[in-house]
Amino acid sequence: MAFDAPEELDAFRTEVREWLEENCPPSMRTPMSEDEIVWGGKREKFKNPESKIWLERMGEKGWTAPEWPSEYGGGGLSKGQARVLQQELGRIKARPPLFSFGLWMFGPALLEFGNEEQKKRFIPDIVKGKTRWCQGYSEPGAGSDLAGLQTKCEDKGDHWLINGQKVWTSYADQADWIFCLVRTDKSVKHEGISFLVFDMESDGVEARPILLISGSSPFCETFFTDVKVPKDQLVGKLNGGWTIAKRLLQFERSSISAGGFGGTGGTGILSPQDYAKQHVGVDEAGRIADGDLRGRITDHQMYAKAFRLTVQRSTEEAKAGQEVGHTASIMKYAAAKMNQDKCELIVEALGTDGLGWSGDGFSPDAIKATRGWLRSKGNSIEGGTSEINLNVIAKRVLGLRDHQ
Amino acid sequence: MTFVLSEDQQMLRDTALAFARDEMPVTRLRELRDSGANGIDAETRGKLAELGFFGVLVPEEYDGVGLGMVAMGQIMEAQGRTIAATPLLQTAVLSASLLNLGGSEAQKAEWLPKIASGEITMALAVDEGTHHAPLNVATEAERNGQGYTLNGAKKYVTDGHFADIFIIAARTFGEAGQSHGLSLFLVPSDAKGLTVQALNTSDSHGAAHLSLDDVMVGEDGVLGAVDGGWEILDSALDRGRIALAAEMLGSASAAFEMTLDYMQTRKQFGQLIGSFQSLQHRAAKMFSEIELTRSCVAAALSAVDEQHNDVAELASLAKARASDLIHLVSNETVQFHGGIGMTDAHDSGLYMKRARAQEALLGGASFHRDRYARLNGF
Repeated sequence: MAFDAPEELDAFRTEVREWLEENCPPSMRTPMSEDEIVWGGKREKFKNPESKIWLERMGEKGWTAPEWPSEYGGGGLSKGQARVLQQELGRIKARPPLFSFGLWMFGPALLEFGNEEQKKRFIPDIVKGKTRWCQGYSEPGAGSDLAGLQTKCEDKGDHWLINGQKVWTSYADQADWIFCLVRTDKSVKHEGISFLVFDMESDGVEARPILLISGSSPFCETFFTDVKVPKDQLVGKLNGGWTIAKRLLQFERSSISAGGFGGTGGTGILSPQDYAKQHVGVDEAGRIADGDLRGRITDHQMYAKAFRLTVQRSTEEAKAGQEVGHTASIMKYAAAKMNQDKCELIVEALGTDGLGWSGDGFSPDAIKATRGWLRSKGNSIEGGTSEINLNVIAKRVLGLRDHQ
Repeated sequence: MTFVLSEDQQMLRDTALAFARDEMPVTRLRELRDSGANGIDAETRGKLAELGFFGVLVPEEYDGVGLGMVAMGQIMEAQGRTIAATPLLQTAVLSASLLNLGGSEAQKAEWLPKIASGEITMALAVDEGTHHAPLNVATEAERNGQGYTLNGAKKYVTDGHFADIFIIAARTFGEAGQSHGLSLFLVPSDAKGLTVQALNTSDSHGAAHLSLDDVMVGEDGVLGAVDGGWEILDSALDRGRIALAAEMLGSASAAFEMTLDYMQTRKQFGQLIGSFQSLQHRAAKMFSEIELTRSCVAAALSAVDEQHNDVAELASLAKARASDLIHLVSNETVQFHGGIGMTDAHDSGLYMKRARAQEALLGGASFHRDRYARLNGF
């Protein structure tokens, strides 16, 4: 590991600060609404034109993926430099230029398991946000028991032939490419899974959005009918996909617990206590008038603070080279509980204003809160249910054994 | 905020953990209880003093080692693991902090070296009711010709049954509930008019009720400013709360590990009980709570050393979460052990009894939740 001399980091900080001053457009330094999030890819519309400029400039520097090797278009920064960059971005309240499953999940896995040619082919477009990726994991019969997946992949000599169905494929209808788990051997379970990538525009691919209880459709059912995939798009070894899948799930759980959660109460700017003060009122000492609600909000806020401190602690411990173990599972479990509690408290604090669905009788913020509350119910299901996460903690961290 | 220990701190932690394991195991507390010692353990205390543990918060110029709260927290966590009865919280944390924060030069020179060497036990006496409420001090300190005359009563003062010196919070102005008008007084335990009633407590650590009947204190016995004791008291209490939270983290971790061991040895229906999913999930939730609380305690300890302005908030966070944690873990420890957990021969009960004292001391979860909310403006 490279050690960053303080004077070198100081020089780097100056450089970053000057660069950001020149290159971060003014509107990119303001809070971002959900509809201005940039996911990249061919279908990206860039609702705010400055977000296009911002992505291009950051992508060019490789700073969307600061610590990835520069030979693949990454920033090539050391941990210390990446921290400085984060601090400087935070200082001017810069928006993240790109939200991306490629950055959070597929890219790290490909860097670890892909061959040289695959890295050269796929990583640069992830960094620049040119390709939007989706994840083909869950199937109708393989949810928590992911390794039970059945999507068939046959070796046809000069190509792979895929037949089957995926479900809960986030944003499959807007993605350019998919990374996908397929069955290449039916006689074994975990050892018969392979990891493939292919173009969503291939013949035989169809993505249908699923309408959720919240009224939105972030997930799809994805069907594969005789999809032909070139042989060089297998990542890792044939039948060796489960190792990659597990590693990638760790990246997914970390990115979910780091804040990539579906469903926030309202605009995400006001906290439960703000809503409670507005809708329930305060006593003469400024306390939320409903003592029971106040106590539960406080409990939630303390949990949230403990969670943030734990994120900080595990980051620091990782930096110091200490074993962080399966913190990802703990954090995913805790983050789901935290976000769901928050959404419940906001809706409760809103009272009947939290019961609206659409139309003029309710503020847009209140409707967002209601829909966000409904969306948040998925937090303890997606990316590994809370029960699966508790299993992982019990078995891998605490060393408890299975039933014999 | 620093979450990773320095090399010195890590060494101190290792020493403290080894000491707790070898020199003050739970069997020691059992012996003390059964011999009627009521938590008084001169021998262990002497060994703690030799290791320099009483001087961790005492600056070097007063013969301490001045290592700070992060270091102190490691020792507290270690003693929590074996629920050991020591005067560290009262003497080495609360009293040392009060003297550091508000003592005159003469008071520091007189008392801090004695704290560091482990020669004396000091005990802060604030609460007068059954619940922690430091503003509700009603004990009166009336000015007389040579100093002050104290009248009132203090409840459940830990280490009070063997302390040499008390630091008594009393009112020189105003009435219960007000911060202005609180003052602190150094009172020797043999002062005329001071009655110490030793208490036999469920956690076997002991404590005392105090009554003050025309106790005379000279001008030199005032610690900090007359009428202005609240600020240093509140700061010292926060250090005590954080140190106690570290102790509780140690107790919760040890009780949890004991439970985990039992899950991996006890069989029913031909299976290890640790293979039952209902127990696995409860264990995993406890573990998550321990990890979250560990971060709160670490943040609070380092905030004191780094002089952050959110020490009060973090102290309440740490103490509230540690209280909820030890409440959960101590109850589950008894439940997971089943019948054996109900017996006096097993340690589960000792952890649970100590847990309730730890929860109540220096403010329980509801006290600190309320304080946290107030500090955050709701």
